[in-house]
Formats: sequence, C-alpha cells, structure tokens
Amino acid sequence: MNENLFASFITPMILGLPLVTLIVLFPSLLFPTSNRLVNNRFVSLQQWMLQLVSKQMMSIHNPKGQTWTLMLMSLILFIGSTNLLGLLPHSFTPTTQLSMNLGMAIPLWAGAVITGFRNKTKTSLAHFLPQGTPTPLIPMLVIIETISLFIQPMALAVRLTANITAGHLLIHLIGGATLALMSISATTALITFIILILLTILEFAVAMIQAYVFTLLVSLYLHDNT
Amino acid sequence: MDVKLELPIWILMQDFIPKGIAVVFQKGYYQYYKYLSMKKGNVAGLSMVLAAYVLFNRCRSYKELKQEQPSEYH
Repeated sequence: MNENLFASFITPMILGLPLVTLIVLFPSLLFPTSNRLVNNRFVSLQQWMLQLVSKQMMSIHNPKGQTWTLMLMSLILFIGSTNLLGLLPHSFTPTTQLSMNLGMAIPLWAGAVITGFRNKTKTSLAHFLPQGTPTPLIPMLVIIETISLFIQPMALAVRLTANITAGHLLIHLIGGATLALMSISATTALITFIILILLTILEFAVAMIQAYVFTLLVSLYLHDNT
Repeated sequence: MDVKLELPIWILMQDFIPKGIAVVFQKGYYQYYKYLSMKKGNVAGLSMVLAAYVLFNRCRSYKELKQEQPSEYH
C-alpha cells in the first residue's frame, strides 16, 4: 500500500519518453483563442472570468506594475487549470512536483525584486527596516528581514506543492479506507464516503485558492517593488 | 456444432440487410449531433475532452493499477 500511495506522483514516462510535457501542455487546449467580437458561450465565459480576475488583481498597481498583467493572468490560469485537472481520476498533476513550482516561483520573485532594486534602490533597501523600530533592535531586524525576503520564493513553491500533494494523498487514503471498510461495516463506509465527498469539495476550493494565493503573492512582491 | 450468440434483444430485432445497418449508423449520427453542436461550446463537448483525458491517464498507469485489483488472474 505504501508504494501505491506515492505511485501517482512519479513523473509519467512512456517507453522512456517524457509524457509529462504533453500533460503540462494539455490545459492550454481548454482555453481556445478567438478573434471574433462575439464568441460562443465557452469562450465568452472564459473571457468574462479573465476580465473579472484581472480587474480585481491588477487594479492596485501603478502603470509600471500593470505591464505584468499578462504574466500574472497566465500564471493564475495555468495553476488553476492544472490543479483542477489533477482532481480527475488517475491524472497526474504537474504542480505536485517541487521542481516545477520552484521553477515558477524563483524567476517571478527574482524579477520583482531585481526590478525594485534597479528602479527604486532606496525604497527597496528601506524595506529591510520597518518604520519605528527602536535603535538597539535594528541589526537583528535587518537580519530577520533579509531572511524573510530570501525565504519568499521557497515559501511560494513549497506552499503550493504541499497543499496539492497533501490533498491528493488524503483523497487516496480516505478512498482506500472506504473501499476496505465496505466489506466490514456498511455504516462506517457510508460515513467515510461522506467525508470523501466533503474532502473533494474542499479540494476543488483548494485548487483554485492556491492558484489565487500564488498569483496574489507575486503581485504583492511586485507592488512593493514598482 | 451450433454457435449460439447471446446478444441483447434490440440488436436481434434489426434487419441485417446492408441498408438496415446504414440506417442504424445514420440514426446514431443525427442523435449525436442533436446534443453536440460544434459551433456553440457546451458541457457535452468539454466533458468528452475530459473523459478522453481520464481514459488516456488510465491507460498510461494501467500497469500500476493492475496490482491493486483483487483478482490475480484477468
């Protein structure tokens, strides 16, 4: 049972060729592009949703920060769709791999920080010391702020990985428990099944929320630095 | 030696002349496109894509899944 639990997280290969490329590219099929003014309901729904999210997320930025809109919107669409597709049975979720989340988090965070250091050097350096700290505490606080700055990309990546992986593992475990309990006691199996349904609803919410949180934090780092 | 086919009743009721078989396919084609118009996006189209994706992943991980099955011989 132990080996089967983590078997769904290994990178899919077929005949030695990486299948994971296809699986990462698959969500882009679900977002069709259309150059018409009035589209079909599928495309219109997606455009409406995208407009809602971009207005809500990018309105706090100045024009310089709003140049990042395309990047952040693609990010939230990608993470959201990948997480939601991972809830289908037997599917592989690329965002459970720490390598991929680090690959997303580190460049985005580094881009925001370096933009801040290049364009507004004094303000960026001033972020290392919060306002109104008593003088004896200053050295320690600078060290703490530096550590908290460098931990931001790690936290972004690990947060996404851990949440999605933990959710999938829980679903596997509770599903297996329900199956095993069916032959022993039907009532307990029913209770476990209800827990499974609640957990699945939670996972749908977590899938979307994690996408949102990731993108929101990147946009906050951007806001600090533009 | 007689070979006795156990088919569902509705298949046996159709006439097996070539025209009859063509009529069956034609009816199926029209029924399919009644529910699925390719110009407007609808739930049926999207769920077909997702079902194909699930099937694809099941075929990919069939080897690992086979070990979990209660019956050893298939």
